[in-house]
Amino acid sequence: MTVTEITLIILAGSYLAGLIGSLTGLGGGVVIIPLLTLLLNVNIHYAIGASLISVIATSSGSAAAYVKEGITNIRLGMFLEIATTIGAMIGAVLALYMQTSVIAIIFGLILIFSAVMSLKKKKEHLAEQKSMWAQKLKLNGTYPANNTMVAYNVANVGGGFFMMLFAGVISGLLGIGSGALKVVAMDGIMRIPFKVSTTTSNFMIGVTAAASAVVYLQRGYIDPGLSMPVVIGVLLGALTGSKILVHTSSSQWVRWVFAVIVTFLAGQMIYNGFNHKI
Amino acid sequence: MPEQKHIADTDIQQIIGWILRLGVIISMGVVFVGGCVYLYRHGYETVHYGEFVGIPGFVHSASGIWHGIITFRGRAIIQAGIILLIATPVIRILFSAIGFVLEKDWLYTGITLLVLFIIVASALTGHAG
Repeated sequence: MTVTEITLIILAGSYLAGLIGSLTGLGGGVVIIPLLTLLLNVNIHYAIGASLISVIATSSGSAAAYVKEGITNIRLGMFLEIATTIGAMIGAVLALYMQTSVIAIIFGLILIFSAVMSLKKKKEHLAEQKSMWAQKLKLNGTYPANNTMVAYNVANVGGGFFMMLFAGVISGLLGIGSGALKVVAMDGIMRIPFKVSTTTSNFMIGVTAAASAVVYLQRGYIDPGLSMPVVIGVLLGALTGSKILVHTSSSQWVRWVFAVIVTFLAGQMIYNGFNHKI
Repeated sequence: MPEQKHIADTDIQQIIGWILRLGVIISMGVVFVGGCVYLYRHGYETVHYGEFVGIPGFVHSASGIWHGIITFRGRAIIQAGIILLIATPVIRILFSAIGFVLEKDWLYTGITLLVLFIIVASALTGHAG
């Protein structure tokens, strides 16, 4: 394939990935890696490098808006970034020594988990119990909802921190934002309101990805010719997605279609992994 | 009454949001220009990404990228844009640290600097290992 052909194919595929990714909240990385490895036969190391760069672009772009609106809990994000950056560094080093087929299988499993998470009903809850650590670390906060400020408490700081360490390892190993795991940590374990946990997760993803990207950059995983169409395509797709999201009331059917596609791709990745084709 | 602060959380939020947006716009602009140059010069060549061999030498080191930019090589310009993009969240951390210093929130100044230290350590060990 010539440079122009492959660039245009990746650009179109990345645009779709960014569009669907922003509509479902899964992020574009989960589609980019199967697209590059399964369809275009790109080595998974290059695919991870390119995906990671697109993750930084989309998370920084959307985090900018949420931070300005004051929904993101900056202190919570900064505190948990200790865990995710340490994890990301470990994951990026692991990726250098782990067999690519094993990486493909883990990726498939995380894909299925992310698809299931995107289908789950979202419930707003406010933690009742007071956590000593949350008070010491000034993690409890407020967020704007219906023109008033809603106060919330943060529970189980230790559990959330540990889960973030794991999310960071996965992010560094697979070159994705692992937003689904971050939301599990904040929404499920620390009992933070959904709006705050998704936006704070998004805020953290850029830093987590940057921590592993510096390792990948030096190892030559980040190929400019490949990253260029991926990052531009995903960013434009995500922009279109966020515009559509404002005008539609229900995105449930999009989630279902996406969950089916992602599960199919996950099956392919796992199958190829076990047969050592990746 | 709490004493009047010179800088509040809302100011930090505005600055961080502004840095993130500006970083993405600038780096994407650089990547786009580099992409145009790359396609113009190498558009009809064939590429293989099936086997992992690493990236070409001239986009691997800081001096190589700098030389590539001066000689107007597309991939060097793209890589410069990508490095700016990776730097954006890191610069965001740096400004958060300055914000927490101005707020006299020493606990979070420390936490922020620790995160910054981990990333720098990650960059250095990635190179040495």
